[in-house]
Amino acid sequence: MSETILSLDDVHVSFDSLNGKVHAVRGVSFDLHYGETLALVGESGSGKSVTCRSIIRLLSKNASIDDGSILYEGKNILAKSQREMRSIRGKEISIIFQDPMTSLNPTMRVSKQIALPMIHHLHLSKHEAMKRAIELLKRVGIPNSEVRYKDYPHQFSGGQRQRIVIAIALACNPKLLIADEPTTALDVTIQAQIIELMKDIQKKNGTSIIFITHDLGVVAKVADRVAVMYAGKIVEIGTAEEIFYLPQHPYTWGLLQSVPTADEADEELYAIPGAPPDLIHPSKGDAFYSRNPYALEADRYYEPPYFQLSPTHFAATWLLDERAPKVEPPPSIQRRYATFYKKHGGKP
Amino acid sequence: MIVTLLLISSVTFLLMQKLPGSPYGNEEKLTNVQKAVMNHQYGLDKPVVVQYLYYMVGVAKGNLGVSLQFGNQPVSKIIATRIGPSVQLGIQALIIGTVVGILFGIISARFQNTWLDTSTSLFAILGGSVPNFVFAVLLQLFFAIDLKWLPIGLWDNGFASSILPSLALAITPMADSARFIRTEMIDVLHSDYIELARSTGVDEWTVAFRYGLRNAVIPLITILGPMVASLLTGSLVVEQIFAVPGIGEQFTKSILSNDYFTIMGLTILYSTLLVIVILIVDILYVLIDPRIRLIGGTRDE
Repeated sequence: MSETILSLDDVHVSFDSLNGKVHAVRGVSFDLHYGETLALVGESGSGKSVTCRSIIRLLSKNASIDDGSILYEGKNILAKSQREMRSIRGKEISIIFQDPMTSLNPTMRVSKQIALPMIHHLHLSKHEAMKRAIELLKRVGIPNSEVRYKDYPHQFSGGQRQRIVIAIALACNPKLLIADEPTTALDVTIQAQIIELMKDIQKKNGTSIIFITHDLGVVAKVADRVAVMYAGKIVEIGTAEEIFYLPQHPYTWGLLQSVPTADEADEELYAIPGAPPDLIHPSKGDAFYSRNPYALEADRYYEPPYFQLSPTHFAATWLLDERAPKVEPPPSIQRRYATFYKKHGGKP
Repeated sequence: MIVTLLLISSVTFLLMQKLPGSPYGNEEKLTNVQKAVMNHQYGLDKPVVVQYLYYMVGVAKGNLGVSLQFGNQPVSKIIATRIGPSVQLGIQALIIGTVVGILFGIISARFQNTWLDTSTSLFAILGGSVPNFVFAVLLQLFFAIDLKWLPIGLWDNGFASSILPSLALAITPMADSARFIRTEMIDVLHSDYIELARSTGVDEWTVAFRYGLRNAVIPLITILGPMVASLLTGSLVVEQIFAVPGIGEQFTKSILSNDYFTIMGLTILYSTLLVIVILIVDILYVLIDPRIRLIGGTRDE
């Protein structure tokens, strides 16, 4: 892979709450390359969104980034003033939010919402920015954009609104796009269109994308690499193929098993047992311990380190330690392994 | 609209009959014959219902009757000579009140839970709970008596005379809109579209004014009607304190002297004003909130 655009190293983020300090992100590290799509997956509250909001330093007032470093094109984001951050937000790094129904300003014409960041960052004239806004609307697939740029958000459908949100994010040609569950609020056919649009943009602009989602079906369509998050940590990271066909962490197994598939229609749908962990008093061992049917005694007391499986594949579970007993993954996961080896050869 | 006005005038007319005393200032000196002659002249000897019908027919023709005091001037003439100062005061107060109130509200919301927020909120609560005649007297004491910057009352110094009464009147709408905008703005500043605006790199003030204000102002329009109503009633007392020759001062005088036709005329004037304001409010909604349109629906939804 080519050069690194973004590099997170051991990032810790916490929130002050009435019940104590919530450790939402507890040591996240990953690199993102130019033109690459990295998917962040995990259940609600696993720290996906918080991680991404730390990248543009747009966290709520009670949040603090306690430790670690975030390098964007080699520059430390965490050392920048809010003023410097404002010149990065929207220009270098843009966010696409989850809910297109609420993320557009209801009392502002859509063209103005697209044009304002351009006037702000690129110092375009009002007229020039408007012209570009209409082009952008056309680009993201709004029909009749020459007429409709004057409309207000409520005059567009949900899918169209998400296209407009994307147009706002693209206004200044950012190098990095953070998509925070951009398809979650849309129905499936629209989801596919939005994903196609994002892939198309990436191909044309060479944008790097961080794609947050809990929908593994979406991940399979967009991601070059996948990072699985649990309780504020990345438990497994690898190429999309490695995560889908050679998953090693029991949590990844659980996630993959809970996706319904047509050929398992008769079987009961799998659900990971238990509730998400307490992030105010995180356990000192593996946070997944109490919900993990494959847990070892070591998981209870010691945090598992990352075991490297390939140049790109890492997983944090004691199961990979040489002292650990051999564990049979669930049958559906074994079938995935088999598919992989059939395609690539290698060990059975 | 017409129905509202009709109702208000009927009720006032009937209630007025219950007022103790008569319109004649020195009643005890009048003989019964004199009273009967005068009552007959003004039509006050007829049954209430007939009086009422006479009056309403007159109003429909644009005749508001004559004042029983103030040298038999037609009521419409009294209104015409006195409406100027009142309207000027009302408009000035409304503008000062809402503009300053909105600014205070935004500052409060922007610096939520800081000393700046606490002090503006405190000011808003004070302004909302202390009656405006108290402020009126304080303003007179400070700016007119101690500092001698502005005239203490009357209406003979042009704009300078209007400053203190406008300020006194502006207190209530200022406090109301500050509190309203604060709550709304806090809501708006936590909304998704503001977060999106922030993510495009605009600064907090731009976010508040360009992206937030228009959304936060919508609910304020709703209380604009009641606000104008309270300005109208507020002006009754404030005009009296500053001896401004306006409608409010006239209204208080005519009630004290049982000047039936003037009371009626002014009541109709006030109610008409209020009804017009409510109509304007509805139009303002449409101008500010694109989701509301007068005719027909929208393309989607």
